[in-house]
Amino acid sequence: MEPIVKLENVSKCFDEGKYVIKNLDLEIFEGEFLTILGSSGCGKTTILRIISGLEHVTEGKVYIGDEDVTEVSAEKREVNTIFQNFALFPHMTVFENVAFGLRMRKEKEEVIKKEVKKALDLVELDGFEERYPDQLSGGQQQRVAIARGIVMHPKVLLLDESLCSLDLKLKRMMQIELKKLQKKLGLTFIYVTHDQDEALTMSDRIVIIEKGKVQQDDTPQNIYQYPKTAFVADFIGESNLIKAEITGIKGNTIHVKTKNKITLIFDKDEKDKVGNKISIMIRPENIKISKSALQDGLKGEVKEVIYDGVITKLVVGVGNAFKLKVTAKGNVLFNVSDEVYLKIDKGSVIPIREK
Amino acid sequence: MKNKVFKNIFIAFVFLFLYLPIIILVLYSFNSSKMNIIFEHFTLDWYKNLFDNRELLMAFFNTMLIAITSTVISTVVGVIGAVGLKKYNFPFKNLINNLLYIPIVIPEIVLGISLLSIYTLMKLELGLFTIILSHIAFSIPFVVVSVRSTLNDRLKTYEEAAHDLGASNFKTFFKITLPQIKPGAVSGAILAFTLSLDDVVISYFTAGPGSNTLPLKIYSIIKTGITPDVNALTTLMLLVTIIVLTTTAFIQGRKIMEAAK
Repeated sequence: MEPIVKLENVSKCFDEGKYVIKNLDLEIFEGEFLTILGSSGCGKTTILRIISGLEHVTEGKVYIGDEDVTEVSAEKREVNTIFQNFALFPHMTVFENVAFGLRMRKEKEEVIKKEVKKALDLVELDGFEERYPDQLSGGQQQRVAIARGIVMHPKVLLLDESLCSLDLKLKRMMQIELKKLQKKLGLTFIYVTHDQDEALTMSDRIVIIEKGKVQQDDTPQNIYQYPKTAFVADFIGESNLIKAEITGIKGNTIHVKTKNKITLIFDKDEKDKVGNKISIMIRPENIKISKSALQDGLKGEVKEVIYDGVITKLVVGVGNAFKLKVTAKGNVLFNVSDEVYLKIDKGSVIPIREK
Repeated sequence: MKNKVFKNIFIAFVFLFLYLPIIILVLYSFNSSKMNIIFEHFTLDWYKNLFDNRELLMAFFNTMLIAITSTVISTVVGVIGAVGLKKYNFPFKNLINNLLYIPIVIPEIVLGISLLSIYTLMKLELGLFTIILSHIAFSIPFVVVSVRSTLNDRLKTYEEAAHDLGASNFKTFFKITLPQIKPGAVSGAILAFTLSLDDVVISYFTAGPGSNTLPLKIYSIIKTGITPDVNALTTLMLLVTIIVLTTTAFIQGRKIMEAAK
């Protein structure tokens, strides 16, 4: 399948020699909900601005469809952006805001009326045509911004942290609605966010960016379960990362030893060599915790307890070697300095090889 | 309670101090006595005199021409300047930004003399043209500063959103940028207009024969004492100012009311 947007070896620097993005390759396919996820300042918004044409690349090529748009300015690209603070024109009514792009395209008045009504119906804002943006709530402004984007029937809709300014409840609701809308319209969405929950909830595919480089490009499930780098493991959800070393290779397996002499066996990767340092990742929810002794369990002492309603987050010290983050479900009450037993689900222990 | 009484008396004094001279001026413009001391009886003669005075009417016409022309030109230049100074980066930008304040804080007499010496150097004949030029020169910084206060960082996002929706630079300026900075441009224009209307010092230096302005004319009349026709004239000017201000306030107010509907 041909990608609908393609970035080829794209670099961008604002100040001489200081690259925000370096040698980035990215392909986005039609009908996909792609999330670009990264901490602030990682260059994710710059990627979006490069696609929209508001920023031009220092090196590399940008394709939309099969057209090379590297030198094409923003107003001539068939993509639209929903800005972080919505950027609704404050001196125009909702109708005029949504109609703006169509007017610039010199559409006929009756076409504009029809299309704007359709777009506002889609975001359930019919009847708000004559209001001004400052008379709308945050959620309604968000919907107007979406309507203003989709009314243009863009090849790709770009969303720049568009849900960030909403409160948590509204955000959850809009996440679901946004995803529904995207499926209904069959539109391609590129969504930029630093919120990992949002990325996991909405995306078909997540690209994790750090320091202008792709760390991992995969489905939400794979990113959560099989993070490729320690950064990804740490960034997505809670995780325990334990440093270890490869001590032996036997056939298709490697033997790995942690600092406190626990040996684990994993499948071999082609680059593995004896003496290589690797990390072992265990998600807190994959560790079973109990006050009574468990078979093959590790003995530990509770160091911290954070009660979170459904779950209790604990930090448990195992010997003097390491501390593990553990989540406990149910109503068992744990206190600091309690003696507990941990059992790690072997299948959920993931080796992470650093690049 | 005692405090409140004191507060009200204080406020009353402030307003009395501000408005009493103006009230007296208006009152005496209807006074039949030539002396500004006792009020004899009501008359409109001074107003009639005013309209028979060709020299005064000519000065009034000059003043309006200068004020309107210099306001229009300085507003256009000032708006473009303010937007450009905000949007683009170029060498010496900071210097230019700071230099803008000099015409605002410089003593008018210095500006007047320096303008005069430039015109003499360039062998420009002093007259309406040089006055207009001078008024444009001292009005531009006021417009720029006034417009700049309405330019915020969100404007850049609005402009980007407009580009994103297919608007050219030209369309973006007229549909997005200009409506946003309109309040600043309007108050800048009003400022430029009133500054030009009552300017004495700079006009005095740059005026030539036959280009008398109203403030200059009044200044020459009162050398022989304040006469009631000057009272009448200033009352009319006051009326014009009040009409202009209330109209703009009314238009702005209606817009706010409309937006709130």
